Amino acid sequence: MDFLTLLQILDSTLRLATPLLLACLAGLFSERSGIFDIGLEGKMLIAAFFSAAIAATTGSVWIGLMAGISASVVLALLHGLASITFRGDQLISGVAINFLAAGLTVLISEDWFQQGGRTPQLSGAARFNPITLPLTDTIGAIPVIGPIYTEVLSGHTILVYLALLAVPLTWYVLFRTRFGLRLRAVGENPGAVDTAGVSVTRLRYTAVIIAGILCGLAGAYLSTGFSAGFVKEMSAGRGFIALAALIFAKWRPWQALGATLLFGLLDALGTRYQNIDILGVNLPVQFMQALPYILTVIILAGFVGKAIPPRAGGEPYVKER
Amino acid sequence: MTLMTKFFGAAAAVALSAGAALADPGLIIDLGGKFDKSFNEAAYNGAKRWIEKTGGKYKETELQSEAQREQSMRRMAESGANPVVVLGFANASTLDKVAPDYPDTKFAIIDMVVDQPNVESIVFTEQEGSYLVGMLAGMASKTGTVSFVGGMDIPLIRRFACGYAQGVKAVNPKAKIIENMTGTTPAAWNDPVKGGEITRTQISQGSDVVYAAAGGTGVGVLQTAADEGILSIGVDSNQNYLHPGKVLTSMMKRVDNAVFDVFSKGVDNFEPGIKVLDLKANGVGYALDQYNEKLITPEMKAAVEAAKAAIIAGDIKVHDYMSDDSCPVETM
Repeated sequence: MDFLTLLQILDSTLRLATPLLLACLAGLFSERSGIFDIGLEGKMLIAAFFSAAIAATTGSVWIGLMAGISASVVLALLHGLASITFRGDQLISGVAINFLAAGLTVLISEDWFQQGGRTPQLSGAARFNPITLPLTDTIGAIPVIGPIYTEVLSGHTILVYLALLAVPLTWYVLFRTRFGLRLRAVGENPGAVDTAGVSVTRLRYTAVIIAGILCGLAGAYLSTGFSAGFVKEMSAGRGFIALAALIFAKWRPWQALGATLLFGLLDALGTRYQNIDILGVNLPVQFMQALPYILTVIILAGFVGKAIPPRAGGEPYVKER
Repeated sequence: MTLMTKFFGAAAAVALSAGAALADPGLIIDLGGKFDKSFNEAAYNGAKRWIEKTGGKYKETELQSEAQREQSMRRMAESGANPVVVLGFANASTLDKVAPDYPDTKFAIIDMVVDQPNVESIVFTEQEGSYLVGMLAGMASKTGTVSFVGGMDIPLIRRFACGYAQGVKAVNPKAKIIENMTGTTPAAWNDPVKGGEITRTQISQGSDVVYAAAGGTGVGVLQTAADEGILSIGVDSNQNYLHPGKVLTSMMKRVDNAVFDVFSKGVDNFEPGIKVLDLKANGVGYALDQYNEKLITPEMKAAVEAAKAAIIAGDIKVHDYMSDDSCPVETM
């Protein structure tokens, strides 16, 4: 494997890791506040649909993005309503959201576009186009660093950079602000937070809405940045991979970046090397494509150590009277 | 219990006889969806043409998951549809089981052979059509590297790949051919995101013409190729119009003609057995229209037409991957 090949794989890694990273951070906010969220997948899917559909009808990807985020936030609020206000089971509510999104997207797109559950192909201003970072020519001339800058970092859509920026932002919000402290506290011991006079319900709703916004970005990236249009089931299990990454990262933002990049890398390798000869043994394509999932199991079972979720996670808070 | 059984038996008999009188043809659309702009859409267009011509009507269902195959086939037969066209290789084993239960219903399956007295098996010689588009790809490529994106990794798709590779090598023996499959499950027919990513990978390896034989996944392949400024080749339906001037050609597989024929012949003229639609029978071919005429030079056209005549005459033998599960020009 030469240097250029390595760079191309890393470039592909970044593209593939972005939706995972955004969804993973969404899960991070929600679960740190004590609300388990297996509805990441569904929220991504509905955002992917609405951003592509609205971008296709209005011709503006930004209006599409807003629509996608709104749709995702609506589902997030539904999750909040079921699990915070009505103290329902968070896992069941999450599963319901996944099913709801899978069905709604196909139904609505069939009604609007009659194309068998897909939206028209997007072009021009109706999708996010790759942007070339400034100074590529100047920096590109420097050996080693130059190619990394031009090949790997430059030439992605704006949502990729947004996702990368979201990592330090998440870290700052969670660990350096009052809101972050309270958010983490409400996931560990909501009773204490309540005693201090802070509303548990409000904090949790805020967290769930932030998760909705981030899932909205992830979904919009899938249909308007990564590809050009929506097709049914296009999230393809990425929400669940993001959850695995979240556990692997032990609910911390920088580690979430590492974990999602690792999953992105495995995916990129599986796409690029479909049949590899290693020491004379031919690994079939089926193995390469299953590799990300096999490694997920191995990593989660063996290497992650003890992953302790937020203590109050999954339990609705009941205020004592 | 016996009363119930009799009752259901009688009801079924009534339904069957009623169905035989109506006898609208039926079409079962495979996974990937009716509007995949490729395989299934070709079948749908054939059915549509039949409606326009005869003013008749037909029954249609669209599979949503692998588990629905048998159920939807039986329901179609019980609803009285006759003949019933089943699309796609994956239905073969199910049809083999279902067909004997409905001896009066005539089935036609596309892309696979099912040996039953009431089944017509329609197969195409995809290797011949792919050979022709492979030649065009070899001639259009400037880098000497071309690529192929398959849908699900099955022998049928390798037949496309193998024919394509032979065509490329025929015009440029030194050409490099990169081949990738989208996946190993039926989901691979409808994953344009992955198709696009595979195409980007192939472009980074030097490919400047990509051939997609991947159903709905091909939409993503053609999109990425157009975005990145390389040429692409569509499949099954004529996909030249999707990105005018950026799709080199399309490997036409006339599933529409096959469906139209079965519908037109109806029950009375139904011909069980194997029907091979090859280059000679116009079952496969390459697409040339106003969207790609600037991309195909007169020399390219002359070369391909010569090869087409030679294949029809039997002077060029295009190896069929499925005859011995191997390909003479490349290994995947």
